[in-house]
Amino acid sequence: MIVAEIKSLEDLKRMLEGYKQVLTVGCGGCTSVCLAGGQKEVNDLNTKLMLTAKEEGATLETKGFTVERQCEPQFVAELDRLVGSCDAILSMGCGAGVQFLAERYPDIPVFPALNSLFVGINKDVGWYEERCQCCGDCVLDQTGGICPRTMCAKGLLNGPCGGPQDGHCEVDKDTPCAWVQIYERLKKQGRLDNMLEVRPAREWEGQVQGSVVLDAYKHRYTKNDE
Amino acid sequence: MKSGSNLERVLTEGKFAVTGELGPPRSADPEAVREKLQYLKGMVDAVNITDNQTAVARMASIAASAIVVQEGMEPNYQLVCRDRNRIAMQADILGASALGIRDMLCLSGDHQVFGGDPKSKKVYDIDSIQLIALVKKMRDEGKFLNGDDIDVPPKMFIGAAANPFADPFEFRVYRLAKKVQAGADFVQTQCIYNMVRFREWVKQAVDMGLTEKVYIFAGVTPMKSLGMARYMKNNVPGMDVPDWVIDRLKGVEKKKAASEGIAICCEQIEEFKEMQGVAGVHIMAIEWEKRVPQICEQANLLPRPTF
Repeated sequence: MIVAEIKSLEDLKRMLEGYKQVLTVGCGGCTSVCLAGGQKEVNDLNTKLMLTAKEEGATLETKGFTVERQCEPQFVAELDRLVGSCDAILSMGCGAGVQFLAERYPDIPVFPALNSLFVGINKDVGWYEERCQCCGDCVLDQTGGICPRTMCAKGLLNGPCGGPQDGHCEVDKDTPCAWVQIYERLKKQGRLDNMLEVRPAREWEGQVQGSVVLDAYKHRYTKNDE
Repeated sequence: MKSGSNLERVLTEGKFAVTGELGPPRSADPEAVREKLQYLKGMVDAVNITDNQTAVARMASIAASAIVVQEGMEPNYQLVCRDRNRIAMQADILGASALGIRDMLCLSGDHQVFGGDPKSKKVYDIDSIQLIALVKKMRDEGKFLNGDDIDVPPKMFIGAAANPFADPFEFRVYRLAKKVQAGADFVQTQCIYNMVRFREWVKQAVDMGLTEKVYIFAGVTPMKSLGMARYMKNNVPGMDVPDWVIDRLKGVEKKKAASEGIAICCEQIEEFKEMQGVAGVHIMAIEWEKRVPQICEQANLLPRPTF
């Protein structure tokens, strides 16, 4: 999932300064799962914003609504009936959700309530860790299921560097060295030969904005000039 | 000859080689480079010029290397993967060769969280092993990484680093093998204090036939004081300082600690000279360049060969 965290109240107040009717939109997808932008967080945030406005003598009305996923057009369409009365939208989705709302409602300012952090896993309740950088060229088959691009501080393909000591990364004593972990796991699986080949410089995908159209749907979106 | 550098000649003639190190200043002053350099003249066969070491912005290693060339000495130009993508690196390799630089050291680089700009964006477009392969391809095939032709290829004697003391120890010699496979001509090690482990690592390299393909420089850093030894032991990543080093420095009066540090360093060098598989010594006298002549003298490394 995409892991995000809420911005500071100060940041949000600065964004919303001067707006009087704010629609706060939650997302039932990733940001709900990581307890940053679901229905509960929408309610909490609106309460906080109202209280602060009241303390400061400002006028603010808030509405809250959580869609199933902010990255799907049919779910976002549910907001059409709500946006008419608001002068700003505060999205509690990831950066993609914010932009998708902004794209649908170009006449209304859409603000991000969250900072999107990474693609990660739920290690335990309220504990999330990054695992994937969506690099477009997965090497996990050769690295024991541990991503060197994400988990190595230098993103090395031919690690480990000269830094690891007692199994931890040179940047931080609490961070395990990804390449030491890869080594240990491959050793356990009898696949250390994967560590011996020199991996060539990679061709980086994703250097321009990504877009994928599945083959089966290409006819829908491609103009046929013939 | 691959690059025709002084270092390459010393090594191919079978002489025990010596390299030194010079950290460029945090200023635009060329005299700061020349000043440090004067202590190294006639003492070493080439001088490593560090590239924004410890991730702190300094005078560019290529510029400081060019000053070294102007001064009639040989730089070993260091280039790290942290700050440049392949476009900038290939440009710098061509530029370095055009400036008369003939030795270079390919490094990953200290992570930027150590330095003065921990929130700068890291690059690591390619890693140190891929950089070695890149320089080799440019030099030997006359091609850029993407396969385009280079009219006049760069001439470089290709160096790499090795840390025999990092984890996992049993993989370290294989990592050396990868660097050799990628095209390293010489390798300089991290500062050695743990002689037991170093002997074992070199023996592995000899047994695997690697020392027939690559020249290994044993890295040394003389301890200036007991405080420095303790700091290196506890705070510097990838450093293995055994207790005997601390004990020897503890065993002398404070004002004699520096001499004791140099004595330890020279004893190590004497052993390296006799050690099978070791082709030279890399003296990293950090901000202590003025003691290099004393070390070279005391370790019987002088005079340096001339051609």
